[in-house]
Formats: sequence, C-alpha cells, structure tokens
Amino acid sequence: MDSALIPKGVKRCSIGQFALWIAVVGAVLLWGVWAMLLCYFKGLNQTNMNNAYGFALWIWADLAVIALGGGAFFTGLLRYIFGKDELKHIINYAVLIGFICYSSALLILAIDVGQPLRAWFIFWHANVHSMLTEVAFCLTLYFGVLTIEYVPLVFENRQIDRVPFFHNLTHNMHGIMALFAATGAFLSFFHQGSLGGVSGVLYGRPFGFRTGLLIWPWTFFLYTWSAAAAGPCFTLFITRITEMATGKKLVKDNVVELLAKIAGWMLSTYIVAKIIDTVYWAAVTAPAMGLTLMDFYSNNPGSVYGLWILIAEVVVCGVLPAVMLVAPRIRSNPGLRFIAVTLAAIGVCLNRWVMVLQMQAAPVLPFEGWFTYMPSWQEIATTILPVAYGVILISLSYRYLPIFPQEPELNPIEGGK
Amino acid sequence: MDQQNGNHKKYGMVIDLDKCTGCGACMVACMAENNVPFREDDTDKLLSVSWMRIYRLGNRKPFPQVEECYLPRPCQQCEGHAGHSPCVSVCPATATDYDMHTGIVSQISTRCFGCRYCMAACPYHVRQFNWWDPMWPDGMERMLNPNVSVRMRGVVEKCSFCFHRYQLATDKAYLEGRRELDEGEYQTACTQACPAGAILFGDLNNPAHAVHQIAQPDSAHGGRPRNPKAFRLLERLGTNPKVYYLSSKEWVRKAGDNQVQRTEQTPKA
Amino acid sequence: MFPFSFEWVWDMGRMVFMGGVWYALGILGMGMTYCVIKAVYDTAQGKGGEHGHGHH
Repeated sequence: MDSALIPKGVKRCSIGQFALWIAVVGAVLLWGVWAMLLCYFKGLNQTNMNNAYGFALWIWADLAVIALGGGAFFTGLLRYIFGKDELKHIINYAVLIGFICYSSALLILAIDVGQPLRAWFIFWHANVHSMLTEVAFCLTLYFGVLTIEYVPLVFENRQIDRVPFFHNLTHNMHGIMALFAATGAFLSFFHQGSLGGVSGVLYGRPFGFRTGLLIWPWTFFLYTWSAAAAGPCFTLFITRITEMATGKKLVKDNVVELLAKIAGWMLSTYIVAKIIDTVYWAAVTAPAMGLTLMDFYSNNPGSVYGLWILIAEVVVCGVLPAVMLVAPRIRSNPGLRFIAVTLAAIGVCLNRWVMVLQMQAAPVLPFEGWFTYMPSWQEIATTILPVAYGVILISLSYRYLPIFPQEPELNPIEGGK
Repeated sequence: MDQQNGNHKKYGMVIDLDKCTGCGACMVACMAENNVPFREDDTDKLLSVSWMRIYRLGNRKPFPQVEECYLPRPCQQCEGHAGHSPCVSVCPATATDYDMHTGIVSQISTRCFGCRYCMAACPYHVRQFNWWDPMWPDGMERMLNPNVSVRMRGVVEKCSFCFHRYQLATDKAYLEGRRELDEGEYQTACTQACPAGAILFGDLNNPAHAVHQIAQPDSAHGGRPRNPKAFRLLERLGTNPKVYYLSSKEWVRKAGDNQVQRTEQTPKA
Repeated sequence: MFPFSFEWVWDMGRMVFMGGVWYALGILGMGMTYCVIKAVYDTAQGKGGEHGHGHH
C-alpha cells in the first residue's frame, strides 16, 4: 500500500504488520506521555526526587543518552575530517541515532526543570561561568547540526527526492556536509565535556570534584573521550539489534570492524586516563577534602554503592571491552564484538550514573548518613518515553528512507526491482 | 542602596552550641518571617522546606559518656574563593548571586527555573526545592510577611539571612541621613527568637560587632576562626562559610569536618 | 544573550562564550542559507528531479 514510499531495491514487511508494530510501541509511548503530563500539571512531586536528590533518574538519562549519541559526532569527524570513507555506509544510522538521542535529552530536560515555561532564561540570563549554561547552548546548537544532518536523509525518500527543489537542496547540503560535521564535532567536544564539568566543578561534593586544567576539571576531558569511545559502540549495538530485528545484514563487516577498531582504541586510551584520574582523586584530591576512597563506597546492606560498582564500571565495562575490541581475533567475531560494544555502552551509562546519583548519595557532612533513592513510575515512564519515540522514528526511517546504502547489495531481491 | 566604597560588610553568625537546647524556636521564627511553605504531613524531612534546620549530634559513646549536641544550620552564605560560592558559580540563569557588599548569597525566585544544580552543589543541604505549590490554611494568607515574596512550585529557596530586614534597616537609616547600621538594627529572625541567646548575628568585618570579636575570622587564611573554640562546617572544602560554631567539647568541633579517618566514634546525627 | 540584554557586561568570559555561540550559529545559518538559495537557483535552472544524481 505504501510501496511508493519504500526505497528502491529493498523489501519491507506489509503495512499491516508495520502498523501493528507501531501501535504496540505507541502504547508504551502514550504511557510515557501520560506520565509527562502528570509531571507538567501536578509538578515534580510526582517524582521520588527530594532535597538530597535534586538530580536523579532524568539527569542520568540525559547524560547517558548524550554520551551514547556521541557516535554521530565522532563518526562524522572520522568520515569528513579524517577521511575514513568506508564509514559513509554507517554514518546515516549514526546520525539518526544521534538525532534521537539528543531530541530525547531535550525532551527529558523539558520535563525535568521545575519551571519549564522559564527554560528560556538559560539563554536570556545566561551565566557564562556555569557548566550547565555551556551544556544548554551547545546541546541546542548541536541538535541543530543533527537536524541539518538528518533532513537530507528524509529528503532522500523516493517521493520527496522527485521534487527538484528537495533533490537540489539535499545535494547542496551533502556538498558542504564537512562544514556541518566540523561544527558538530567542535560543539560536541564542548558539550560532552561540560557535562563532565557539571560534576567536576562541584568543590562541595568530594565524590564528583576533580582538579583539572585551567577552568576545566579532568572529568571534562574524560567525558568527551568516553563519549567518543562509547558512542560508536552504541551505534554498532543498535545496528546489530536492527539487523536481528529485520533479519537482514545491513552493513558490511569491513565497515563495522573499522568502527569497532577505532572505538576500541578510543576506549583503551580513555580507560587508562580514567584509571589514572581515579587513582589521583582517591589518593590526593579526596583526602585533601578529608575523605578516603572507602568513604564513598557503602557497605550498608541494601546499598547499591559498594566497591563493586567501581570495578564494574572500570574493569568489566571498561578494560574488558577495550581489550576485546582492540584484539583483531575477538573483534572479528560477531558474537564477541556484540558483547564488547554492549559492555562499553553499559560502562558509560554506569559512569554517568555514579557521577550523578552516587555523588548525591554519599554523605558530605560528617554527621549525615547515606541517602537512598528509587525512581517513581512517572520517572521511569518518562525515561522510557524517548526510547519508544526512538524505536518509532527508527522504524519509520528504516522503512521509508535509504538509511543503509549497502542494504540492496547485501540483500538482493530475486527478480530485480 | 549600600554606598560604602570598599567598606564591604560580611554578615555572619556565631552559634554557641553549648547554649543551644534544640528547642526549635529559630526554625519556627524563620518559617513565620519568610513565608516558608509547609504541608499537612511534613514528616519526610527531605521533602519539607525549612531554611533553618536543627541537627542532633551524638558522640556515640555508651552511658555514662554519652553526650548530645544540637546544631542549628542556616544557609552558610559561603564566600568560596573571591565570591565563588559553590552554588553561585553553577546557577545557569544567574538566579543566585554573591553580594560583595554584604557577603550574602541571594536567591531570585522569579528567575530560578528549577534546574536544581545549586542543590547538587551545596554540601550543607541548605537549598530546598518547592516540590509543591504553597497551600496556606484559610486566613493564613493575611499573616504572611509582606516583605518576603512567596515562592511557587518548581523553584529553589534557601535562607537569606533575612535580607528584607537589611533592606528595611538601610532604608530607615537612609531616611535618617545615615549610611552605617548599628549592630542591633539588622538582626535575623532566628537570632532574635533564640531564647538561649545561642545565635549572634552581625558584621564579621566590623571589630565592634560581637560576631567579629568572638569568631576572630582570619581573612588572610580564608576566614578561618582564630578562636580555638570556634569552627566552621566542612572547613577543608574551602567554601569559606559565614556561620561560625562555638563549642567547648572537642568531639563537637571535630564533628564539623571530615577527618580522613572515619572511625566508630565519628559523630552521627 | 545579546549585547543589549540586561546584565550584559563586556568581560572576557562573556566575549569568549557568546562569541563562540554566535560563531557556531553563524556558520550553521550561513551554510543553510547558502544551500537553500543555491537549491532555489538550481531548481530554476532546471536541475534535479528524476534524471538528477542517484543516492549517495
């Protein structure tokens, strides 16, 4: 029924099946929308945040989703600036994933602030010394870059491409895409970094605080580095999931392995820097503030913040996937590669979790105890909302747009056309 | 309004913990003075708003060595290094600011959009969020203090050292042709309410004021108190707060800061 | 946000930060303006459509 909209040379499931799929995901989306409306009309008392947890699940989700969306800027940098041309076969998907991630982050931020109607104050009354101001500006601008990078994809839909204006516009945008990619990389460096700076500058919170270089705490650079490492891993993760869901091979092995290799080396160098930073912080920075490493890890029964979380973040989800992706024999094994990129994505999510949640859980005043937090269903629903939206947008884009240039070649349809 | 050139004040407090009985009059006076909202069930202290909060510290020793201490904690009005309070530098909308003339950290409720970054930054938990809109029992709106704006839900609030009283006092002095305020002309509600006289308020920079004489802040070393009985909370972090606590007990003085070695005897609230 | 905004001061922090913001906005804006104008021009010239370039 909608075959005129489907790209040439590929097969898609029936419109009925597709509609059913969208309806199921749409139901989850609506659940999230309901929770969002509750938060807007009743206020943030709908959450389980409190005065000890000003930042909670939503801020973690923001940080995690932006780190995972780092594949867009990094793949763009590799392709357009460093000339890794093979990546053109995966960059469309990286851009789409990035677009979803950043729009999700903006959506969650809009729900998270206490006065959403005043959100424009961050632009109008900007405090240029605050890391969050940096985040807001660069995020918004970078979302503009992602839109600019996604729009030509949309215009490449078979029917839209037939309109001469859109075809020419797409062609022209592709012509100067390197400029947009470079601007995107510049903006990403700063906003990924300043998200790290959000915790790193807090000299009232010894768990998060780091010394650094000039105005930038070390977490600034660590966050950009980990986003550049884990972002492509997440792109590969989603690509593999999509291949499993569609039952088709969508990207050739050489493209995947190139991105995996680069991600592996980024991850390896990042984890070395992370270990050095952690040791310095534990041995020098924190004791200068009166606390030792073990003061930040709780042995209380029922507490999630045992030392295991540090081991999980740095070793299991840091060193291990780095080694796996760097080793050619492991990297070329699809199953092990999938495990490695999954672990890397989890690792960056764990890192964002501890820098926001554990930072607030750990007591600072000597006579205070640990604070606990469990998200409310409204917070969980509004966090799943962007996932549902992402699935829907990927489904629509996969069905109607030529996201994977190698798909027709890898999945030839019998009988031509 | 403040016309002094380079004659900057630094309004601060000295709270004598030997005198504090934990009665809570300071908390009540503060809530009344500053239109602090409350709910029908305020048992969850992490959700309630209370600009002044009293902590109960214990030395965790068995009877008969067991001791207790009550510690009132207003906003510490941190100066940080050259006015960079932990909360001021992080606010993205400049809704909080460090006033170099008075040393007070302001909070602009109409500009705050509730991102709560300042709450994450503050190590003392003095900043509280309006998770709900204020609901005043019938008739109570007529008892609200007209000098303090009421905050709606979605914004952060904290102790302001009764800054509206400073404005009223300077207005009055100006009308009388003066620029300087006497020590008694600007006092916070909590100071005046304390029946034990445990709280003293004044200008830490003014040698004539009691707070200066008792705390003896050393401005060459980040405002550290020279008085051996005085201490500030979390001195090591470098927040440079303006609330000085006095205690004759060493365990209480030690309870104010992290000592690298947390032991079984570390005081617990 | 703008030099004529309330609270604007010409200090180094603001010049560097807002300068960077306006610079990035400028590049994006000028790039897109160029693309759109050239697309209009190309369409008027008769380029594009079915016989144009294939997919990238």
